[in-house]
Amino acid sequence: MFAQAKADDVLIKGATVMTAVRGTLQNTDILIRNGKIARIGANIAAPAGVRTIDATGKYVTPGIIDCHSHSMLDAINEGTFSVTSMTAVRDMLNPNDIAIYRALAGGVTAANLLHGSANSIGGQNSTVKFKWGHPVEDYPISDAPPGIKFAMGENVKRSTSFAPPGTAVRYPRTRMGVIETMRDAFLRARDYKQSWDDFKAKKTRVMPRTDLELQPLVEVLEGKRLVHAHGYRSDEHLNLLLLADEFGFKVATLQHGLEAYKIAPEIAKRGTGVSIFTDSWSYKLEAYDAIPYNAYILWKNGVNVSINSDSDERMRRLNLDAAKVMKYGGVPEEDALKMITINPAKQLGIDKRTGSIEVGKDGDIAIWTAHPFSVFSRVEMTLIEGETYFDRAKDAQMRTDMAKERETLEKLDINKPPAAGGGPPRVPTERRRGDRDDAEYGDGGNK
Amino acid sequence: MGYGIFTAEAQSRRETFMQQRMDSRSEYYQRAPKWFYAFLSASLRLCGSILLIGLTCLAQNDGTEQNATGKAGTFAIVGARIVTVSGEAINNGTVVIQNGKITAVGANAAVPSGAERIDGRGLTVFPGMIDAGTSLGLAEIGQGVNASVDVSEIGTMNANAKAIKGIHPHSSHVNVTRVNGITTVMSAPTGGLMPGQAAVINLNGSTADEMAVIGEFGLVINFPRVVAGGGGGFGGFAPPGPPIEFTELVRRRDTAVEDLKKVFRNAENYLRAKDAYAKDKTLPYVAADQRFEAMAPYIRGERPVIFTVERERDIRAVAKFVGEMKLKGIIRGGQEAWKAADDLKKNNIAVIYTHVYSLPVRDDDPYDLFFEAPSKMQAAGIKYCISTGDAGAEVRDLPYHAGIAGAFGLSKDDALKSVTLFPAQILGIADRMGSIEIGKVANIVVTDGDLLDARTNIKYLFINGRMLPLTSRHTRLFDSFKDRK
Repeated sequence: MFAQAKADDVLIKGATVMTAVRGTLQNTDILIRNGKIARIGANIAAPAGVRTIDATGKYVTPGIIDCHSHSMLDAINEGTFSVTSMTAVRDMLNPNDIAIYRALAGGVTAANLLHGSANSIGGQNSTVKFKWGHPVEDYPISDAPPGIKFAMGENVKRSTSFAPPGTAVRYPRTRMGVIETMRDAFLRARDYKQSWDDFKAKKTRVMPRTDLELQPLVEVLEGKRLVHAHGYRSDEHLNLLLLADEFGFKVATLQHGLEAYKIAPEIAKRGTGVSIFTDSWSYKLEAYDAIPYNAYILWKNGVNVSINSDSDERMRRLNLDAAKVMKYGGVPEEDALKMITINPAKQLGIDKRTGSIEVGKDGDIAIWTAHPFSVFSRVEMTLIEGETYFDRAKDAQMRTDMAKERETLEKLDINKPPAAGGGPPRVPTERRRGDRDDAEYGDGGNK
Repeated sequence: MGYGIFTAEAQSRRETFMQQRMDSRSEYYQRAPKWFYAFLSASLRLCGSILLIGLTCLAQNDGTEQNATGKAGTFAIVGARIVTVSGEAINNGTVVIQNGKITAVGANAAVPSGAERIDGRGLTVFPGMIDAGTSLGLAEIGQGVNASVDVSEIGTMNANAKAIKGIHPHSSHVNVTRVNGITTVMSAPTGGLMPGQAAVINLNGSTADEMAVIGEFGLVINFPRVVAGGGGGFGGFAPPGPPIEFTELVRRRDTAVEDLKKVFRNAENYLRAKDAYAKDKTLPYVAADQRFEAMAPYIRGERPVIFTVERERDIRAVAKFVGEMKLKGIIRGGQEAWKAADDLKKNNIAVIYTHVYSLPVRDDDPYDLFFEAPSKMQAAGIKYCISTGDAGAEVRDLPYHAGIAGAFGLSKDDALKSVTLFPAQILGIADRMGSIEIGKVANIVVTDGDLLDARTNIKYLFINGRMLPLTSRHTRLFDSFKDRK
């Protein structure tokens, strides 16, 4: 309590605090020390040296957690094999992706960065906090359980993509093949695990060869790695749940799961979470039965539901996607807020540290000008572990500075066109946006 | 009874998936059993008993086909807050709907005898929203179901292609969109230099004619743009070509614009020759050309040309083109429109702005660049409206596009106008729609909150004075599965 104040210690004063788990508190202060929420209450005095944010008339929520994103990824799909569990998105995280800053400006503090959906079994995920400005090693949440992407349906079948000339058509091509590809992988993983178990039990003295493809799947079998399974149709997601029953593991999340409402009791029984779009639909055949009441039906069945973006664009307005579920069926306000905070935290196994405003949790917080579900609301400030990563007032200053910098740069000799005495033309190359899963078609992504 | 219901389900599935584009009845019959079995098995699991199946299906089969057309009559919404948009809001008033029109509005408006009274206490009456930048009804499922896509014709010059001839009145996008308060849209074809003619439609009707507000509203032109060259071919897999200097890219754009002018000149010449022949039969007969024929009202400035264009440099080129060719111009897209305010105003060009949701283009652009764009257009005096720019399925998000603009600089009143009165003005239908006024078409939404708020529930919906059920493909699927144990 009398510890020396740290630079990121902060006291937020006088806010309407939506805790996401214990209701909404009026005129409340939040003290963050050493990155953690130290106190929540009325009239907390600022300890010496702790900076204060006056949030009178403002709303405070936990930082938003996006359970399906491809931000920061310089490649999305290792699309050559149908099982690419040896790959990991951690190997190509780009901490300079401007999508991070834009997400922070929408109140997002953490995300599940997933491999794409081209393969039955894709690559390993990274669960990160958006510590913009920090080196890349600060992004992954160190104690987040590891995960892996699975995928089913149209994308895996490569229904709408073309193989480049000269390349072979890849197995599988049907939903029948997709589930058998997964079964085959788990049969191999089980055998592989057996060979190690035998070796460890000294049944054999020959050490098995380490298999980077099967090792992550053994971790799935042992309950140490979370499965995030992309899919749309309820029948194929159910097939996966049955396969998981067969091999004795639990699926952490059904990703998209736009038809999950059709099998809500089956999902609830297994304790599997579902991470959805609120209302994207009809952008492909397997999204045609998607309904915005999905969240409500799942919620009513006791399923843990989160609302994700799968899009650098949609990520900026997840608060509005959560607001919509209050209308479609009538999810209560706090449960709607949970779908973008504590629920995804639980799905990612990081709920002990983030996802709600409670003493002892990380100081991951968004401050809003109005109720976060109001369309007229705006994020004023976003904090991670007490440190400010987005501040609209500072942003205003920054854009003035950057406009000046741009003006200066454009006048440099090196940037003059040849006609004005400059050198040969240089064309800036844009970073390839990669092969996103789905959402760019349906959610108003850049045209 | 059960069997008949299954047939109706199969029928509805067939229509929506196959877009009535199947080649023959026999193909349908080949497919029908698949649906029968799928639905039968789903229903058995679903309900657990034949009785429940019957009840469920009764609820679904309310005697209406997929896009219910509602009921006509005289309606009086009494005791509601009325947001007229064109004038002051009335805190406690009555709106009367008769013969498809608004016949009375006010605090003391009389309720005609025989009118169906709607208790408006605690509710708010708004004009229906208008999205002036969609392709709604032209594509059911854009990705992977080509059979349902009618949005882009082959070739580059398709002035005679008319959206009104391709819009599917029974598309589920119609019912899903309108139950969120959007009553009217402009639907435009895309693709090629001259994709065709856009239609303005109400989201109700069993035929295209019943839906049409203006069947042939505007000629769409994808205006030639300065685009960075050298991109890789084959979906980006091929290596990029050599870089091309900017001035050369501008030259190429200008050459394409000259080619476009030639098309206009040729059409003018064609029309002149035809007129001349009509007056003097000794002149050579002019063979009909339906593409030039279709351009006539647009060349003469009688109807607007809708230019899809985004960057400032290209918007200015459009303004120049409109001025030189003496056209009535509208811009759709208009990503950087506020930067070209002078040229737009000089040439009386309005902007259907479709980029509130778009990501900024450059990394160093402000994060809220396009959230703020409508307020910048407003401040610059540009005539604009906000649109989703969506193909169809997500047009229902229109209120939130406007709402976000309202969070970033636009006043709440202007945010509401940007999706009601402003698009009505740009589409030339403000005498009929866009506000709650006596004599206007009764396109009306009654809500329990702010029309632009994502939590607001729509309570009543009228299009052309018909009271529409608040059902959609989504409510039907919801009803089918919400109680499954």
